[in-house]
Amino acid sequence: MLIIYAIAALGLIGLSFGLFLAIAARVFAVETDPRIEAVKEILPAANCGACGYAGCAKFAEAVVNGDTDPGGCIPGGEDVVNEIADVLGIEVSSTAPPVATVFCVGDIYKAADRFIYDGVEDCTVADQMYGGFKACTYGCLGLGNCARACPFDAIRMGTHGLPLVDNEKCTGCGLCVKECPRNLIQMLPPGIEGHLVLCSSQDRGKAVSKVCEVGCIACKACIKACPQEAIEMDGKLAVIDLEKCNDCGDCVEKCPPGTIHPRSAFPSEKEAKASAASAEKVSESA
Amino acid sequence: MEKLLSIIFIYIFVENFVLHRFFGICPFLGVSRKMETAIGMSMAVIFVMTMATLVTWLLHTFVLVPNNLTYLQIVTFILVIASLVQLVEIFLRKISPTLYQGLGIFLPLITTNCAVMAVALLAVRQEFSLLEAVVFAIAASLGFSLALIIMAGIRERLELANMPDVLQGSAVTLITAGILSMAFLGFQGMLTL
Repeated sequence: MLIIYAIAALGLIGLSFGLFLAIAARVFAVETDPRIEAVKEILPAANCGACGYAGCAKFAEAVVNGDTDPGGCIPGGEDVVNEIADVLGIEVSSTAPPVATVFCVGDIYKAADRFIYDGVEDCTVADQMYGGFKACTYGCLGLGNCARACPFDAIRMGTHGLPLVDNEKCTGCGLCVKECPRNLIQMLPPGIEGHLVLCSSQDRGKAVSKVCEVGCIACKACIKACPQEAIEMDGKLAVIDLEKCNDCGDCVEKCPPGTIHPRSAFPSEKEAKASAASAEKVSESA
Repeated sequence: MEKLLSIIFIYIFVENFVLHRFFGICPFLGVSRKMETAIGMSMAVIFVMTMATLVTWLLHTFVLVPNNLTYLQIVTFILVIASLVQLVEIFLRKISPTLYQGLGIFLPLITTNCAVMAVALLAVRQEFSLLEAVVFAIAASLGFSLALIIMAGIRERLELANMPDVLQGSAVTLITAGILSMAFLGFQGMLTL
């Protein structure tokens, strides 16, 4: 008998609370836009944060509310943008993702080391130890933080100690940019047109040529050579404006250390090794 | 009247639920990082505790005791608290989405907050009248809020303080909580019911 009382009492109490809650849920229902859910389904769900929002859900909300452009989802690429545009019924201009570009060509053959680093294989750690083992305090340490940070396998470390970016795989998420302790990676508009000064050193020319064979020595020869006036000095570094560059390549020949490279043909690891080998031969014969 | 006043004083200061009885330590450490969420959590706890005690006291006196079902006390109380927390959650989501997001996981956690359960059980066990029980609940939740807000204020300052790495984060929070608890020991024996 007792147990029936207990069950009945609890059951009744539970039932009344349940009913009360059900009514409350109706009265205080929050209307959410079904499009937010639809957009969230389309997004890659990588929650990489490249769009500047805290995860894909927040981005979906912002897109639906019109706070941001669907193109903000960089890893999603064009397909995702178009699908979102379909859901929202809006037009979007095509947006190809930018690609990561490493602004250093001082590989292990051409850039000197100051001391032998035997610590953790991590650029940030190495950078903090007496300002890095590389003689150039601006150059790539080559321990591969960017390659590890890339969720799309678009960066691998070459045998010459520099990261190599696969433009096809790069989605432009920018995680490598944040990861590099020396800020050597920039996101550039896609395409292979134009030339770039692949150096980040702000040291004086003399100091640069002491530590690296291919660093920008701020001689300004390229500025004089450029018919388009596309090159300017940023401190002690020549910078080419890609918008103005017409890919003529005049600067490449005039650059004494050979820092300028066309975007269509960045130095590969094989070339680096070959040029290092030939340089050795020259010095032996001399 | 005198009893009500002493209940208020005792449960805010002398027998503070967090710092003397060590109930509700989880939200005390979890939500005290920012003043804003601490205040939000305090409001939620004040509301839930008062409502829960009111409902549980009525249920206990008019349903459980007459039917000799007092052994169902804990189960019914859990039911009441869980439903109330749900209600607060639905309500907050509608009224203040910012606060709802700020509280995050801690709102559902009030369900399992032992301080709420303790207030409901103690109110019955101490044989308070309905008015006394409600005042007791308000005082206890105010005590909880006091501890939480003091803690949040201290932690906001500690965030900027220069301290050794080993102490940062949880370590210094626990030490602070301990010192705070010892400070509240100073109220000990000032008043008894």
